[in-house]
Amino acid sequence: MYNSGKIITGLIIFVGLVTLPFWYSIGKANIKPDPSLNTPVINQMKVKHCIESKQFMIDNHMELLNEWRNAVVRDNKTIYVSTTGQYFTMSLEDTCFHCHSNEKQFCNQCHSYVNIQPYCWECHVKPAEEIANGH
Amino acid sequence: MDIDKRKFLKVIGITSALWVGSRFTGGLSSVFGIGDTLDKKALADAGFEISKTLPDPKALIGKQWAVAIDLRQFKTPDDYKKCINVCDKIHNIPDIHTKQDVKWIWEEPYDNAFPEQHNNYMEGQLKDKSVILMCNQCEFPPCVRVCPTGATFKRHDGIVMMDYHRCIGCRYCMAGCPYGSRSFNFRDPRPFIKKIDPDYPTRTKGVVEKCDFCAERLDKGLMPACVEASKGAMVFGDIKDPNSDVRRILSNNFSIRRKPELGTQPNVFYII
Repeated sequence: MYNSGKIITGLIIFVGLVTLPFWYSIGKANIKPDPSLNTPVINQMKVKHCIESKQFMIDNHMELLNEWRNAVVRDNKTIYVSTTGQYFTMSLEDTCFHCHSNEKQFCNQCHSYVNIQPYCWECHVKPAEEIANGH
Repeated sequence: MDIDKRKFLKVIGITSALWVGSRFTGGLSSVFGIGDTLDKKALADAGFEISKTLPDPKALIGKQWAVAIDLRQFKTPDDYKKCINVCDKIHNIPDIHTKQDVKWIWEEPYDNAFPEQHNNYMEGQLKDKSVILMCNQCEFPPCVRVCPTGATFKRHDGIVMMDYHRCIGCRYCMAGCPYGSRSFNFRDPRPFIKKIDPDYPTRTKGVVEKCDFCAERLDKGLMPACVEASKGAMVFGDIKDPNSDVRRILSNNFSIRRKPELGTQPNVFYII
């Protein structure tokens, strides 16, 4: 092989550069998202239960919210009947944030981890801002 | 494989005919689930029965909401302000002192509100009068016709509603509206809101907004905020219901509307 020295050195440098992110994070603990349920309202609940099961909410909250938005905005339906038969007002502000008043420790945990930026907050008022405004 | 153009076209023709046919008979649709919405499919796949959404039993029900504004009862500047301020407050409407201001309900001189009614020898009191203006919730709304995304639409109770999630900010609706009832958010409105009401969303840069007859209040069984604040100077009701308050006041008083000649059938009536 001609120029084997140069080629092999080049290859080693190339592989090293490509795998740099792996070398960089070696030995570092992978911080898993840990959505916190530590809010005053949730702490007062005897049975900690969201409007649907935990797994359903993890998997489908975005589709559920989409369905809510269309029902409220377009069909003037404001009440959600959960699979357990309970009634909830379909509202981010009145229902979701009532319990989950910790956007940074709850919503952002997973959203930052998977690097998505939902634009809910451009219009909907963050629960943190509510506190800042003295509500 | 030996395939000429003729054979190729034959195969393509037969397969597309079969596919189109199966769409109509529902053959393939049951296999692929065509027509299912994604979210419902996801719900079913996850093993959950599809839950229901219901209207609030307290919600006001009507076919076409309308309001009659009795201008005779608007005497002091405060009569106007109390209606306008309550709307600005509960809907987080920004106060921008330029042409980029956002307005849902506002006041204009009589001449500007009814330019075609103007004459040089008009009754003095009416000539100097201010008029409360807002979205006319037209029966045939031009803004809905021109919206390319379906962001503005007519609800089945007649309210011309905005779905801000869908608005792309093209402003066709603003060009279409003959009443100037729509405002564009040229910038983030939040710094211009005196005190944000956390119960109602603000809007964002790049969407159009307007009065929606307090749809969120009607759905809870409440009257529009301006009607409530006007203490009887504004009467709200279903224009299609002959026994409604709005019909009663209109049948007993002379009323005018803005630009009725355009055929949009505005639903804000003025008793002068």
